[in-house]
Amino acid sequence: MNIFDIIGPVMVGPSSSHTAGAVRIGLISRRLFGKEIKEAKIFFSGSFLDTGKGHGTDKALLAGLLGMKVDDENIPKSFEIAKDKGVKFSFSGIDLGDVHPNTVKLVLSGDKDVKPLEIIASSIGGGRIQVNELDGIQVNFCGDYPTLIVHNVDKPGHVTEVTSLLAHENINLATMQLYRKSRTGGNAVMVIECDSEVPEHIISYLRYMSGILRVTYLSMED
Amino acid sequence: MFESIAKIIECEKKDNIPFWECIQNDDCKENNMSKEQSFAKMANLYKVMKEADKNYNDKLFSQSGLVGTDGKKLKDACEKGDLICGDFIGKVMERAVKMAESNACMKRIVAAPTAGSCGVIPAVFITAQEKLGYSDDEMTKAMYVAAGIGEVIASRAFLAGAAGGCQAEIGSASSMAAGALCYLRGGDGNMIAHAAALAMKSLLGLACDPVAGLVEVPCVKRNVIGAVNAMTASDMAFAGIESKIPPDEVFDAMRTIGKSLPDDIKETGKGGLAATPTGVAIKEKISF
Repeated sequence: MNIFDIIGPVMVGPSSSHTAGAVRIGLISRRLFGKEIKEAKIFFSGSFLDTGKGHGTDKALLAGLLGMKVDDENIPKSFEIAKDKGVKFSFSGIDLGDVHPNTVKLVLSGDKDVKPLEIIASSIGGGRIQVNELDGIQVNFCGDYPTLIVHNVDKPGHVTEVTSLLAHENINLATMQLYRKSRTGGNAVMVIECDSEVPEHIISYLRYMSGILRVTYLSMED
Repeated sequence: MFESIAKIIECEKKDNIPFWECIQNDDCKENNMSKEQSFAKMANLYKVMKEADKNYNDKLFSQSGLVGTDGKKLKDACEKGDLICGDFIGKVMERAVKMAESNACMKRIVAAPTAGSCGVIPAVFITAQEKLGYSDDEMTKAMYVAAGIGEVIASRAFLAGAAGGCQAEIGSASSMAAGALCYLRGGDGNMIAHAAALAMKSLLGLACDPVAGLVEVPCVKRNVIGAVNAMTASDMAFAGIESKIPPDEVFDAMRTIGKSLPDDIKETGKGGLAATPTGVAIKEKISF
């Protein structure tokens, strides 16, 4: 924690969890998708569903998907802006089971040749968020650090390959998590939060490595 | 990060540097930031508060229609000389309501410490600056004092209504503003500490019971009591009144009280004012 978490952030109201947090979920989802969003299907659960409309959670989430930050005064106008840009969007309710009260599921799609992305994320208080699921696989990161998400074949050696590549670039790892669905015949996911940005050429190189199925990168730069 | 006001006072005395600078030094070290960067960032937060105060729109209502335009009513009454509280407190009240209404109407504000309590610190700071002519640099230093008090509260108790009730939001904002105002008036660490303690003590136990779960009723007007309570606590400390319970222990009490408050009055919109017949009727009427 630092003193600018105590006074700050500069944000558009009314709620750090239901408005600012929702903008951040949208913005981080946009960065994770990495391509132009043509359509966003948004499913609210829990308190987001109950009080979201009054907190402008819908406008805030869409604003983030359009690239706005938490202090953008155009947040209340995000519906109109999306329509002008030709971005389709829809909102509905969903029961996601035993999740944080402020949780949303997003399904983002772009051009026909782009694979859609499914994200489940929660706003956990004070504008901080957590990404819980990417394309059905459990993950756990907050979007405060440059984050590398690597889907790979569940075989020995991939973690070493990826981390030594980062070590050669002098990139320090903040946190690292490994996930897989089952022991037999599955794919695995590693989520690596870094202390500095991962350069583009490293990400391209990773994409060509054998056994690596998919690389998603969340940059902190615009 | 400071975990007690006593530690900040110790730093002030031992290193012979001002209260605000102890807080700045500590934060810069911990977060690897230069003092210049930090000061510029803090100065900007105060600038944004002043802009938000100026940008109040006296015709806007919130999405639910529950709040809006009350800042203008206070302004008009103050200008007509109708307020028994007088011009100065009148202006503080007006600013607190305006900022909290701006927040409810999706305008840009500074969370201080939260969005729901965003009116307290600017109402006290901007009005004090207007009356007593402090420079923006002095106001920025006072922002550090407020942030340092908030940091201690966060580490010993909480700043979120969902965690500790409204005492954690409006109570904390009021405590932060009271200490900072004492600093502006030339008070030392001790006086700052007593002002912060006196302010928090008066708001201990405050429920977080928003009607329909929205940051509107009673949140907007609670910013007024937070701001006015900060002025009176600061005056008491300035007059030499001391809090019999030291601030760190007052914050600990806020934590235990917050822990024992039922969930119904911790931002769930289920108890207190939200559960009154009128509160329930409002919730049912707001159909989205």
